[in-house]
Amino acid sequence: MSNIRKAFENGKAFIPFITCGDPDLETTAKVVREAVKNGADLIELGIPFSDPTAEGPVIQGANIRALAGGVTTDKVFELVKDLRKDVTIPMVFMTYANVVFSYGAEKFIGTCQKIGIDGLILPDLPFEEKEEFQPICDKYGVDLISLIAPTSEKRISMIAKEAQGFIYLVSSLGVTGTRSEIKTDLESIVKVIRENTDVPCAIGFGISNPEQAAKMAAVSDGAIVGSAIIKILEKYGKESPKYVGEFVKSMKDAIR
Amino acid sequence: MTNPNGRFGIHGGQYIPETLMNAVQELEQAYNHYKNDPEFNKELEELFNEYAGRPSRLYFAEKMTEDLGGAKIYLKREDLNHTGAHKINNVLGQALLAKKMGKTRLIAETGAGQHGVATATAAALMGMECVVFMGEEDTKRQALNVYRMRLLGAEVIPVKTGTATLKDAVSEAMREWTSRIDDTHYCLGSVMGPHPFPTIVRDFQAVISKEIKEQILAKEGRLPDAVIACVGGGSNAIGAFYNFIEDKDVQLIGCEAAGRGIDTYETAATVNTGRVGIFHGMKSYFCQDEYGQIAPVYSISAGLDYPGVGPEHAYLYDIGRAQYVPVTDDEAVNAFEYLAKTEGIIPAIESAHAVAYAMKLAPTMDKDKIIVINISGRGDKDCAAIARYRGEDIHE
Repeated sequence: MSNIRKAFENGKAFIPFITCGDPDLETTAKVVREAVKNGADLIELGIPFSDPTAEGPVIQGANIRALAGGVTTDKVFELVKDLRKDVTIPMVFMTYANVVFSYGAEKFIGTCQKIGIDGLILPDLPFEEKEEFQPICDKYGVDLISLIAPTSEKRISMIAKEAQGFIYLVSSLGVTGTRSEIKTDLESIVKVIRENTDVPCAIGFGISNPEQAAKMAAVSDGAIVGSAIIKILEKYGKESPKYVGEFVKSMKDAIR
Repeated sequence: MTNPNGRFGIHGGQYIPETLMNAVQELEQAYNHYKNDPEFNKELEELFNEYAGRPSRLYFAEKMTEDLGGAKIYLKREDLNHTGAHKINNVLGQALLAKKMGKTRLIAETGAGQHGVATATAAALMGMECVVFMGEEDTKRQALNVYRMRLLGAEVIPVKTGTATLKDAVSEAMREWTSRIDDTHYCLGSVMGPHPFPTIVRDFQAVISKEIKEQILAKEGRLPDAVIACVGGGSNAIGAFYNFIEDKDVQLIGCEAAGRGIDTYETAATVNTGRVGIFHGMKSYFCQDEYGQIAPVYSISAGLDYPGVGPEHAYLYDIGRAQYVPVTDDEAVNAFEYLAKTEGIIPAIESAHAVAYAMKLAPTMDKDKIIVINISGRGDKDCAAIARYRGEDIHE
């Protein structure tokens, strides 16, 4: 049984995304702890990448700031080791295939297991290419999270059948970033997912306020929020932790 | 050379967001259908011949040959194509394919601007909307091409992220494609990106080597000893190489942009300085740091200023079928000036990288040997930048 399952045992899950090292790793650690304290169910930690092709301008900015500050994969591993002293909720990494591949997949995923990372989200690794890392993830018991998009159509059942951890349902076309409105017929997609798996399904991309989060969580098992949190970090920098905490609380309260 | 999931040895593949998977699969199906469709091929051949001015000449560079005193040098004149570069071959093919698929809008990335101009041209011809993403840095280096694209009715979007060059233009075009797929075809300009692009682009560019083969057999009665082309993503090179891959006696030489030298950080010589990675939809060689962060590469040539190389080139390198040599800014600029003065031909600064290596190689070969250099584009667009390189400021 995947440890990630625990994130969905406390009502609908709220999943904040945080780019590690924006503005610095000390702040990231504080932000994570504040998020946990205020009801986050699972933490998605972004390992920065120079060219994040699935991200909109907000998260691109966070990646650039983090890398400019000297963050590396090894330093992120150290951060997780520190967090795991007291953070017990599931944590996953979100990064790009090259970050894992270039580190050495075996070494990267083996380290994930050792330091307590439960899953891996790689937006540039579709179903057809998951063999690149799936056998190694299986070996170390790290869930390789599948993404399903509004354009997945006939691919949904194929992806859902082999999904592990949770399914990341992309709410809209395009890249990450806040949206005023989400028009995709997510209910129909979730229905097909449910017919094929009992792995939980959380919706991300474009969710920025409690109303949207409540709507998304109502049709699925949880809401993932990235850009709205990064905007807080962009605005408040090192002072962000308490603001992120308040934000997480408002979101969790809305979807409970 | 391709297996069904688009692999060239270990390279290639489809490392893209789920959002795009149906689009690339739809493209693959359409391409597999139309590539064998006589009607499609007839239309494309007509566009090649009547519109783009194919076949392009294979010109015997007699003065250059005499001056260098070694192998006979032929120039494949892709610079004489409509829009001034080989890029039009691929674009006409993809635009026609997109039209057959019912798409009404083309988006493209561009480095030097040649692919953007070609895409804008095809869009104008076929009555399609066109948006071109171009690194802001490149819009400055290639201001004339920006104007040409706008004149042709395209919208040019300067990309400010990252190094504001070709790689960022590719990233931005991919982002745009994920937000608008239904009516939009991403007209990728090189033999890179996710499958099926490396195969589609290669097939449309393979007309170059098909013609070289026919032309050299007609002129010399035999195949060349070496074919030389510049390599950024690698579309003109794979076009010039493709029909010679099985002819093992023909040396295939790709010239990478070494920038200020492969022992410096200011280089874009991917095969020479990079290692295997996964980026922009493909597994191939990339310039990157120890943590897999893509390197901010540099070359005087905006068209070669890219941190990766097409997966088929990576494979040809792995199996030793092609070699990839670094050529510096300095060598390329010298070759640019040399070809202008010696043959009265101003090559694109990209193509000048191939000329530069030929200038080193030819004198080492016997006079009965034959070299073909692919002059992938013409150099009008580069005159202002080369003048600047030489310390002269001219206004375009």
